[in-house]
Amino acid sequence: MSSQVRFTDFKSDKQPTWCPGCGDFGTMNGMMKALAETGNDPDNTFVVAGIGCSGKIGTYMHSYALHGVHGRALPVGAGVKMARPDLEVMVAGGDGDGYSIGAGHFVHAVRRNVDMTYVVMDNRIYGLTKGQASPTSREDFQTSTTPEGPKQPPVNPMALALAAGATFIAQSFSSDALRHQEIVQQAIEHDGFGFVNVFSPCVTFNDVDTYDYFRDSLVDLADTDHDPTDFDAAKEKILDASKEYMGVIYQDEESVSYEQQHGLTENMAEIPDGAPEDAMDLVREFY
Amino acid sequence: MPADFNWAIGGEAGDGIDSTGKIFAQALSRAGRHVFTSKDFASRIRGGYTAYKVRTSVDPVQSVVDRLDVLIALTQRTIDENLDELHEGSVIIYDGERTTMQDVEIPEGMIGLDVPLKSLAEEAGGAIMRNVVALGAACEVSNFPIENLDSALEKRFGSKGQKLVDNNKEAARKGRDYVAENYDHDYDYDLETTDNDYVLLNGDEAIGMGALAAGCRFYAGYPITPATNVMEYLTGRIERYGGHVVQAEDELAAINLALGAARAGARSMTATSGPGIDLMTETFGLVATSETPLVIVDVMRSGPSTGMPTKQEQGDLNQLLYGGHGEVPRFVVAPTTVSECFWKTVEAFNLAEKYQLPVYVAADLALAVTEQTFPPEAFDMERVEIDRGLVVDGDSIGEWQNEKGQFKPHALTEDGISPRAFPGVDGGAHMSTGLEHDELGRRTEDTDMRVEQVDKRNRKVQTAQEREDWDYREFGNSESGNLVISWGSNEGAMVEAMEYLDEEGVDVRFISVPYIFPRPDLSEEINDADQVIVVECNNTGQFADLLERDALRRVKRVNKYDGVRFKADELASQIEKTLRQEEVTA
Ligand SMILES: Cc1ncc(C[n+]2csc(CCOP(=O)(O)OP(=O)(O)O)c2C)c(N)n1
Ligand code: SF4
Ligand SMILES: [Mg+2]
Repeated sequence: MSSQVRFTDFKSDKQPTWCPGCGDFGTMNGMMKALAETGNDPDNTFVVAGIGCSGKIGTYMHSYALHGVHGRALPVGAGVKMARPDLEVMVAGGDGDGYSIGAGHFVHAVRRNVDMTYVVMDNRIYGLTKGQASPTSREDFQTSTTPEGPKQPPVNPMALALAAGATFIAQSFSSDALRHQEIVQQAIEHDGFGFVNVFSPCVTFNDVDTYDYFRDSLVDLADTDHDPTDFDAAKEKILDASKEYMGVIYQDEESVSYEQQHGLTENMAEIPDGAPEDAMDLVREFY
Repeated sequence: MPADFNWAIGGEAGDGIDSTGKIFAQALSRAGRHVFTSKDFASRIRGGYTAYKVRTSVDPVQSVVDRLDVLIALTQRTIDENLDELHEGSVIIYDGERTTMQDVEIPEGMIGLDVPLKSLAEEAGGAIMRNVVALGAACEVSNFPIENLDSALEKRFGSKGQKLVDNNKEAARKGRDYVAENYDHDYDYDLETTDNDYVLLNGDEAIGMGALAAGCRFYAGYPITPATNVMEYLTGRIERYGGHVVQAEDELAAINLALGAARAGARSMTATSGPGIDLMTETFGLVATSETPLVIVDVMRSGPSTGMPTKQEQGDLNQLLYGGHGEVPRFVVAPTTVSECFWKTVEAFNLAEKYQLPVYVAADLALAVTEQTFPPEAFDMERVEIDRGLVVDGDSIGEWQNEKGQFKPHALTEDGISPRAFPGVDGGAHMSTGLEHDELGRRTEDTDMRVEQVDKRNRKVQTAQEREDWDYREFGNSESGNLVISWGSNEGAMVEAMEYLDEEGVDVRFISVPYIFPRPDLSEEINDADQVIVVECNNTGQFADLLERDALRRVKRVNKYDGVRFKADELASQIEKTLRQEEVTA
């Protein structure tokens, strides 16, 4: 395909079953626009989705895709990219998927710095299982399984990422369509692991972290003099519990992706139709 | 002397036992002798003890026996641990100057050779070479020309400079000369050499080499005994072919990384042992239901849980056959020898891609850590065939699209096999999922489609049963009424056990089965036999259960689950005893 790609080419003919008003609609739209805008097309794009309301995105988008096991989307995405550095790889999932059951993989995916984009659709709740606390839920957020709130602080995903050596950390808001698309686009263009935590409100089960809440409280870093290449400034913003920020918070411009580090350039799908020509050398090594 | 010669070196972990043993094995192999090695890691008494054992003959050897002819004992405990195997005339080489060996007790009837290993090594250039001094001494005792050792020393130390090689050669000669000058025993050993050309490798290496031969380009794993060696073998070699090895954060990630690479079109593999298989079982169902070709190697060790990590067992069979919730087909192949580890791995890749499902390679510790000699032709790369199954490209994709031009990765077909389109193929964009799906790979709960997809996945098994040879390997007298069946690594011990049985006048037909699922139909063979014994390294007889179900007949069982592989002589006497037992009735 050529430069004629429109973002709707990334739309499948399956109608989303998300609740009307769900933040995931906006999150997905921005991702599709960012993919089209960066010159990708469905046949060179691989989307890996987690399990959750968010994970349904793999079905609603049109591309090569795998809808994986709860919490394990990141290693799948890394495997795709290592085997096929020519593909554009995007991983998407929920806050439970990424920061609870998949937290271990998150830390290591950040460290590994494979050149792919990770979009977390953060609604601060378990949507699909109908409203239990998630790792990003507030300490006093009452749910069916936490009647008095989880009574433990929410994880700070950006701090986790920073501590693990992230090269790109951003946050966006699904209903700020333009900024969200821009931010995802920057993550795609980043040479390494582009991590975007997207506030995607759950209108059905979360009446605290609502559109109004984010609209009122989010500070867009684009409106400040924040320099994302300044590690200390980024650290300060990330650890600042008094505000919620939107925008690219940190970017290491010297980032070298895993594939570059390891010299991965080959299309691993292509192999000869017999043993490699010099394969008897492998046997002779054991002489 | 007997046709075979049994040698060992033992000491504490950290004494360089493995590398010394490997040098001797290599020297024998390069001298045209067959070699079969085994390792004793932990102790019958307490931890720390380790030994490397070598059995050698000019004829093929494929098992261990309960006999030790020459033992290099770096500790008193090495002698104590091996008392059962030492015999009258066995030679024990030790260093009486070592503080712990001053009061060494040489059992009656055995020959103790006190050789100042450390002092002689120091004379040759460094105490670190004391084991090589002992190797020289062993050469003298076994009448094995020391030049053969030189070539192995060159292989081992060549990359570290000629000086080190020369020092080691010198150390070996000092050991040899010391024994020649100070002792005057009649040793009963004569390790003749031949012009035959052999290679020496273990099962893990054979699996790794099989993967490379088969075009595997991606490997992800998490270190675990006794499978780590597969990853170590591939690291540094797979890159030559444009491939890559990833050490993952855990086995959950390892299998998902491998799955990602497989979805991207690469031949992809992971290897682990029991505890890792438990974790991978989470993702196994996704691999199977998304119909992704993946080779998963389980180098079995003793379980459950952490079990006995350095001990032999074939206890994971049921886990591989039935692990994971729900019902979905997978194949299980089980190499029976070190060279078969190579061939079954090659085959596993073809089966995985032809039938688009996960294939477990069930190897075990006994295969993984055994170094065995083979003529290089045993790994004839010309015989490696690669079949990638039904893969479509931009030209053929049209046949597999619906009227809307959408590609059908789970198309319902007569043989159950759907097309694969690798990412990048125009018009091939599609998803797959662990949810039940329609032909397009999209979620469905439609009752008819559910049934059709389940049936389609199962049809792949029928197709494979019809199209492939699910052969077994047969030994002994095919007319005998005594039928012995085993799977996996027990083959070598059983083949040699048959020689002992033959001497006792017991004649058997032996069937060694390398396919667990699908597997050869042995019901006729089982029902035609007077007596049937199934031999396996586990407690409950997991394979025997399968065969009873296939043949609808009770079988007798010989099970070993003490953590040690079958030894030929021991197995022979167990078979004999079992044959004498009353018939089992249902
Ligand atoms: C191993 C496993 N445990 C539990 C579940 C059930 N489950 C499905 S989605 C989910 C949490 C979803 O929360 P999140 O990741 O935040 O996604 P959201 O639905 O909010 O988008 C859970 C617990 C599962 N599918 N798999
Ligand atoms: S439950 Fe919440 S997260 Fe799920 S679709 Fe509805 S609004 Fe979206
Ligand atoms: Mg959520």
